[in-house]
Amino acid sequence: MDGWQALDQFLRTDPRDVGCERAMELLDIYVDVVSTDGADAAEHRFPGVAAHLSACDPCDEDFAGLLAAVTGTVS
Amino acid sequence: MSSVERTAAASVSSRGPLDEEPGEWLRCLSCPGERDQALARLHGVLLRAARAELRRRSRPVGIEGRDRDDLSPSAADDALLAITCKLDRFRGESRFTTWAYKFVILEVSAKLGRRYWRHPPVQVNADAWERIPDRFGADPAQYAESRELASALRQAVTEVLSERQRRVFVAIIIEGIPLDALAVELGSTRNALYKTMFDAGRKIRSYLVAHGYLDGKGGPHGRMAGTRPVPADRSAGRGV
Repeated sequence: MDGWQALDQFLRTDPRDVGCERAMELLDIYVDVVSTDGADAAEHRFPGVAAHLSACDPCDEDFAGLLAAVTGTVS
Repeated sequence: MSSVERTAAASVSSRGPLDEEPGEWLRCLSCPGERDQALARLHGVLLRAARAELRRRSRPVGIEGRDRDDLSPSAADDALLAITCKLDRFRGESRFTTWAYKFVILEVSAKLGRRYWRHPPVQVNADAWERIPDRFGADPAQYAESRELASALRQAVTEVLSERQRRVFVAIIIEGIPLDALAVELGSTRNALYKTMFDAGRKIRSYLVAHGYLDGKGGPHGRMAGTRPVPADRSAGRGV
């Protein structure tokens, strides 16, 4: 991928993206689905949240932290 | 590790030690005779979670032991206060502990955003725009292409963004200020700044397509909000 392609990809937006506020509202539910049924199930049930987490690093970091807390992968 | 890898790993991992009978936390927190003990227990749970989260994030954001010790109790205190104030909003759509953990994780994020300004990195110099191509993976050997990319992006930012969009875009993309830290600085919110970046990205891309720099065809969506690519001299931020 050259610089233009990387820039193009960076600038693209996903219309399903629900934004930070809604994603954080649903984050606990999303994480429980991930930890119980897997990531695919969560993405299928909450495509807008999945789209947002794939695009927003701060929210994805919160997702990772909550998942780690729930699954006990960080102690 | 990417979020996809993390989620895959988590889906096969065992649950934490805090699984409770459904409704047990709520019952204890609502019962006058048990409330104080439940609050103390919940605070302990939140404190451990805060410490763990700060440890998890400590490498990228450069938190030393003392800072971590200072931030953890504060995050747990604030999370407990928020939880007790919003207890009636818990609908049981997730486990109570997951819901409660969310508060402390978000408190950690918020505190790290505020902490950024206590130790802000050295300001970037005037040639920050010139380093933009590196961050988008342009081949340094392709000097002409790199110059053209930086020039086109700068022109788009100047011509199509509103003053507010330009300020946010430059702060996040050019100066590498983490989103949460910028929200503190501007008295805004993560969500509002993300929306600003979302709209700015669309306008910039439309400009670059209209001027023949990009082809306008479909493709994978990118990662917005200025957290990727990460500026080389601000890699500690990673958007927090």
